[in-house]
Parts: sequence; structure tokens; C-alpha cells
Amino acid sequence: MTEPTIYELSSPGRTGVTFPEPDVPAAKLPEDLLRRELPLPELAEADVVRHFISLSKYNYSVDGGFYPLGSCTMKYNPKINEDTARLPGFSFTHPLQPIETVQGNLMLMYNLQEWLKEISGFAAMTLQPAAGAQGELTGVLIIRAYHKSRGDDQRVKMLIPDSAHGTNPASSAMTGLEVVQIPSDAHGNVDLAALRAACDDRAVGLMLTNPNTLGLFDEHLGEVIRIVHDCGGLVYGDGANLNALLGIIRPADVGIDVMHFNLHKTFSTPHGGGGPGSGPVGVTRELADFLPGPIVDVVEEGTDGEPPLYGFVTPKKSIGRVKAFHGHFGMLVRTYTYIAMHGADGLRQIAEYAVLNANYIKARLKDVYTVPFDRICMHEFVAEGQWPDAPGIRALDVAKRLMDYDFHPPTNYFPLIVHEALMIEPTETENKRTLDAFTDALIKISIEAKTAPDLLKEAPHKTPFGRMDEVKAARELVLCCWLPEDYQKQD
Amino acid sequence: MTYIPHSPTERDAMLDTIGVKSLEDLFKDIPAEHRFPKLDLPPALTEMEVAAELGEISSGNENLRTDLVSFLGAGAYNHYIPAAVDHILQRGEFYTAYTPYQPEISQGTLQAIFEYQSLMCALTGMEVSNASHYDGATAVAESVNMAFAQYRGKRTRVVISPAVHPQYRETLRTYVQGMPLELAGDDPKADLDAGPEALESLINDNTALVIVQYPDFFGRVYDFTRLIEIAHEKSALVCVAANPTALGLFKTPGEMGADIVVGEGQPLGIPLSFGGPYLGIFTTRKQYIHKMAGRLVGETVDSRGQRAFVLTLTAREQHIKRERAISNICSNQGLMALAATVYLSLLGQTGLRQVAQLCYHKAHYAAEKISQVKGFSICFDTPFFHEFSVCCPRPVSEVNNHLLEHGFIGGYDLGQDYPSLKDHMLVAVTEMNTREEIEALVSALAEVDHD
Repeated sequence: MTEPTIYELSSPGRTGVTFPEPDVPAAKLPEDLLRRELPLPELAEADVVRHFISLSKYNYSVDGGFYPLGSCTMKYNPKINEDTARLPGFSFTHPLQPIETVQGNLMLMYNLQEWLKEISGFAAMTLQPAAGAQGELTGVLIIRAYHKSRGDDQRVKMLIPDSAHGTNPASSAMTGLEVVQIPSDAHGNVDLAALRAACDDRAVGLMLTNPNTLGLFDEHLGEVIRIVHDCGGLVYGDGANLNALLGIIRPADVGIDVMHFNLHKTFSTPHGGGGPGSGPVGVTRELADFLPGPIVDVVEEGTDGEPPLYGFVTPKKSIGRVKAFHGHFGMLVRTYTYIAMHGADGLRQIAEYAVLNANYIKARLKDVYTVPFDRICMHEFVAEGQWPDAPGIRALDVAKRLMDYDFHPPTNYFPLIVHEALMIEPTETENKRTLDAFTDALIKISIEAKTAPDLLKEAPHKTPFGRMDEVKAARELVLCCWLPEDYQKQD
Repeated sequence: MTYIPHSPTERDAMLDTIGVKSLEDLFKDIPAEHRFPKLDLPPALTEMEVAAELGEISSGNENLRTDLVSFLGAGAYNHYIPAAVDHILQRGEFYTAYTPYQPEISQGTLQAIFEYQSLMCALTGMEVSNASHYDGATAVAESVNMAFAQYRGKRTRVVISPAVHPQYRETLRTYVQGMPLELAGDDPKADLDAGPEALESLINDNTALVIVQYPDFFGRVYDFTRLIEIAHEKSALVCVAANPTALGLFKTPGEMGADIVVGEGQPLGIPLSFGGPYLGIFTTRKQYIHKMAGRLVGETVDSRGQRAFVLTLTAREQHIKRERAISNICSNQGLMALAATVYLSLLGQTGLRQVAQLCYHKAHYAAEKISQVKGFSICFDTPFFHEFSVCCPRPVSEVNNHLLEHGFIGGYDLGQDYPSLKDHMLVAVTEMNTREEIEALVSALAEVDHD
């Protein structure tokens, strides 16, 4: 049961959309600059719609079911967000229009900057970064520029805990920094002795995910931050797990210097099958001048009940822009909508119930699955998908078998410091009935692992597709509907 | 209102299972002095109220559908988006899915990306495409990461044309500030009348990459074949940042010999949306595939013998390679890539050629008419696509203020970025602009001198 590709569905001479005939005289075309072939598929509108609807049915989604993907915060995406982002007043505005004609957009961005500052405790904010990883790059460049501005040129290494997302070391390396890995201790916290040993006048700082990717709030957070600050370093907060902290604690209050938000995790903008994300970055007052520009500010105070004039300003020592235009504005509208509907109490409830849900699943599972760091967790936790009396069964098998019970599997094989990791993040938007059904399925699977291991090894059975031959894909590298060589021959 | 579905009874039962008395008990690890801050945010709105408030905010803008006629481009273009595109995008199965890491239940996204890759290769004349970067600017910056990796850091010079979008060049400068690289050609005071041949003398044996734009920022279309040959003689790679609509009409950078073709995919069915989210196109030759960042989908078979698709060569990426990865990219522009895929599937070759030709003919009509207005002239006499530079008799800001009074968004003020282009305006015309609008623009321009 496979769907043909759009190229296989193509039939010469068709088109799915027709444009008006030219209403101006034709200009002469520069013949020597024109292309001869344009090998695009040819389909009618109904063919195209049916094709993509057929494809959509092969996808698992948050709208369709429970998606407890650890570290990804796959919460329900409110429908109203999609409507507000599509209001013509927003979606038909050009990024370079005169600012007088886009005061609505600028006010929205200004208010959102203020709200994110209030939620996180930071003094200044950029909405420009396109995704979490780009927020990291932005933050690391800011930290680097800060040290350089003080003549601290010898600082060349970034300290990164071993539980960190791969983006942290990758972002640091992109800015030319050397990465030093800091181990975790037996309780899943940053190993203080190792941190002290690595903190010297060559360190630019530490990239800290807190709660970390084990779902644990570092028990020595204050001490960790103090050690880094005492050696002259700055602390970068990876905001991937902010969903656990909304209204619970403000990262800047405990001494974090820079942090990115993942609007597509914490603030419900959809993941879109891989993106777009949005990764605003907040910084302390000392770092405000280094933010990428431009950012939105009041450029003329309002008088006598008149609203102020909003405009763009570039911070004095800006690291420069990190992308074209002003960030993922459509995602900012969704986030604005979401925060406006929650208020202070609503945001705190998000964190409380996200943490409640994670701990509930953990409490129900911990006698059946090994949970390596058994403390009260935050919004997620990590279990092991292996048992001494089920030889040969791996986390991957558990994950695949869950699909037969109509659940999306948790993240597996991350964080790297837990063997056969299953990282479970339920989010606050799931009800008890769903959580019970999910834990019941996992408990059943733990029994199957011992009594009928082939059920797991050969899973999934009930999905439209079975396990993939990944070696074949990597060996043959068929990456196109047609082979480039065939295209050359057509010429 | 919130989206939390728990009844009080359920909540209490769950707390009981966990073995704590209250929700607050779950937060004992949080330093007490900072726990539960009082946030100063506006009171929560219901959906009905928020719909009204956002409607109100959006009406504080003047938009291109109901309020203003636009002749502004400069990297973001007002094109018609067929209705079916957004209907597909609004399928929850697509937009509420994650990255397709579990291929058995993600074939919809995976096949769509595979088709996207195919369409990008067809458009650019290249052999492989990744699943997208953030936008045109970051795709250009990533081409430098790729070339730097290709030469293992041993070549440290990048040549970039001053006629590449100023914001792309600025983004590139941000990206490379920690890298031991020298940028050559990034000079807004350079002779902008000069064609690609002006870059030839900048390419040396230390050059990893040469970057040009097609059409360039001023809308001009050059054949880069000769420049690419010269770069290749020095073993430098060449990256062409192309406008995908223009590729409906003009020779592909692949045919010219380019090694990397990137671009801003926004013209392919993605709303202007005040600058984002857009789509970074990134394509290259098969021989460089291991140095290309970003996700990649390949064809395979499943355990039942069915054709299927998976993310492949993932060992290149940050989640596996960490600090040795070529880029940190994780989230990309998946849904925007889907928009481009649906858009191109609907248009096909007939539709895309039609759009490109409409843009070309209307832009040339507008240029012809504007050049007849006293005081105005067309600055460059190079072939152009749908954008062109106009020399104005007055500062561009004054011209634009005048146009705005007549309901037009005028062109981009090139003097902001190029000192030698003071009083130069970059005008864009697409299939959305009617002859009447063009003629009304011309009439409004004719009044400028008499104001």
C-alpha cells in the first residue's frame, strides 16, 4: 500500500492552476539565458490534493494521538493559533514595509519581547533566531563577543555537560570554541568536582540544560552557576525544557546569563514535521548591547493617549543579524495568542500539570522499567528499555512495539548517558485516561518482552509500514524521484 | 483558559499514585527563594476575546491584500498562492507531526520531503537537496560551513559578490565571526556596474568558496559559466543563491557548473508574513553530500518489501556528531518545504513558466514606463528578471512617502546599503501587479517632481 510519487502521477500537458493571460505587451527574452527543460511534474488540482491527503494518512501526529517524545514537548497545538497567524493583516505584510504601515506587527513583537522577559527574568530579548539551535548559536556568539569586548581573548573553551543535546556542542564548535565535556554525578546533576577542575580563565562559560535531559532539576544549581561565574565565565541556559519552569522559576533570577526559548516546544507553535521553530534569546542587562539586531523598541513615545511609534533599533555592539528580516513572525503571532490566553496563573498550571503527568507515568512504570535516577522528575524522565531476563530486547524494540498500541514512541537512545534510553515527556495537555492507556501498553510490552520477544523484534505489525532497511538507503542514496543522470540525458 | 484536561478528582488520584499531597510538593528541588515568582502578565483571555484582540492588532497594519499595492521585493515577493496549498498545510497530520525519526509512522512527511528534494534538484539543475535550512540568508551562511569543511579548514578565503542581498552578507558575517576566514568582495563601495568578471581577480589558491546571487540583489541576470570555470581552475567551489521563480525561465546554475545552489524559497507558495517563516533551499552535487548539513531523505524498502523512505546519512548531523558536525541545524523549515512541494506540484512546468513570464513581462513593462517619466531612469542595462533599479530625482524616502499617500508601497531604498546608490530604488513586479496598477504607479511617480 504505497502512494506513487508526484513524478509517477505526472501526465504531460496538465496543470493544477492557471494564471491570467498577460495584460502587458511581451518583452524580448534573452534567448541565451533561458533554460530549455523544466522537469516539474504535471498534475490537476484534484490529483495533487488526493496525493497529499493520501500521504498525510501515513503520518502520526499530535492531532491524532499521544506523542510522548522526550525533549520535544509535543503538546497540543491550539487551533486558534493557526487562525490568528493567518489573519490577512499579519500574513499579507511585507518585512520591509514602512514601519508606519506595520505598527500592529511591531506592537505585537514589542509586547511579546516584554512578556518573554517577564516570564524568564531577562533584561533584553531578540525574537530573530529561527530555531532553538540558532538561538544557541546566537547566545554563544554573544558570550564570545562579551569576553572579547573585555579583552578576555584567551577564553576559548565551552563547558558542556554530557547529558546535553547535540546542538550545544555543535553550536559552540561553529563559533570556533573548543568543547569540554563535563560528566554527570550519580544523581544526574552536573559533577561539581569536574566542573571546578574545568573552570579556569580559558572557559567562556557553561551551556546548561536545566532541568537536564534526564528531566531532573539540578540540585546544586546555585553552586554550579557560582563556580562558573567565579572563574569569569557566563552561563548559557538551554531553554528546551522551559515547559517545566513556567511560573515556577525564572532562569535569570538564579543567575543564568543567556537563554534561548523554543516557542515550538514551550509555547505550542506546531512542529510542522520538522520545523519551522522559533528561538528567541533573552540576556541580562550586561549582555543587552550584544544582541542581534534589529529588535523592536518604542522610537517615539505616545502623547495624550496616542499610542507610541514602534520601530527597529540595532543594539550598540550587536553581533549582527542571524537571518534575513525579523524572525519567524508567524510563530510569534501564535505564541502571543497562546500567552494571552494563559496569563500568569495559566502558565504556571502548564508547568505544574506537565510535571504531574511525567511523575504519574514514572510512578506507574518504575517497578517494571528501570528508572536510573529515581527522584521526583520535572516534565520528563528517562527509563531503560531493557531487562536482564529479556535478552536481546532493546529500547528500539519497545519503541516499535508501542506503535502497535497506537502510540508514538518516546525518544530513544537519548540522552547518551543512559543505556537503552526511553525518554518520556507527556506534556500537560494529555488526560489521565490517555496516560493510563499508555502506561498499560508499556507494562504489557514489558511482559511480552519476556514471553513473546519476537512480537517486539518484528514490530510494528499494525502500522502501514514495517521496519526500514536503513543500510540500503545509505548505500544506494536514492535521494530524488528521478536520477540526475536521466535528467542529463533528456537535455 | 488553558488546554489542561484534568478534573480535580483525576488530579488528586494522580498525586496519590505519585505519593505527594499537592502539586507544589513536586517542586521541592527548586530553590525556595526563587520558587513561584509572581509574573506580571495581562489577565488570561478566552478564545473569543483573543480572536478579537488579535484581529484588532492585525488591523493596525496596512496589508497587501486589502490596503496597499506593493512594488517592494528585495528578497520577499508577493506571489499568488493557490488555495489548495494552505488547505494541505492545515492538515493536522502534517503540521502537528514531529521530525520523522520513526519512519514506520511518518511516511507522509518523509515522502513529501523526498518529493521536495526532487523538485529542488529539478529547479536548480543540481543532484542532491537537503530537507531545508531556515531561509536564504542562512543557506548562504551554511554554504560557507560546507566549503570550509570540504577543504578541512585549509582554505580560508571566501569571495562574495557585493551584489548579494545585504542581509545575506550581514548574516554571513555573523556566522563566520568565530571562524578563521577572510571575506573578500564584501564591499558595498565596489563598482556595482561591474558584472561577475569583477570577482575573478579576487579568487586565489586559498579560496574555498565564491558566492553570487542569481538574479542578483539588483534583479540582474548574469551567466556565471565563465566565473565558475575560473573558480574551478583554482579548485574553489561556487555557491549560487538563486530565486526559484526565476528558475522557471532562466538557465539553471547547475548547467553553469555551480557546486552549491541555495535560495530563498518564500516565492514558492509561502506567505510574506512579515518576514517569516520562510524556506532555505540548499542543493549540491552528489560528490559533496557528506559535507552538506541538514536532513536528507532517501528511498529504501520496509520489512514487507514496500517502497518507503527514511532519514539517511544521519551520522553527519549534530545529534550524532555533536561538536564535529558541520552545522548545528536541527529544526528546519519542514512545513514550508511542504508548502513549496504542494505549490510546485500544482503549478507544474506550465504554471511555473507562466508565473515567471508574467513577472518578466510586467516588470519590463513597468521599467519601460518608469524610464519615460521625467527625472527617472533605469540604472543598469543588464538583462533583469522581475526587479530593477530606478534612479530617482529625489531621495527614495520622499518618493516612497509620496507613493504611500497614493496607496503604493514603493521600492527598496538601495542607498541604505550602498553609498553609490543614493536615490536608487529597487522596484519589484510580480504576476500580482496588474497593468492598471503599474500605470497608476507611473502616474504617481510623474507627480513626484512637482510636489
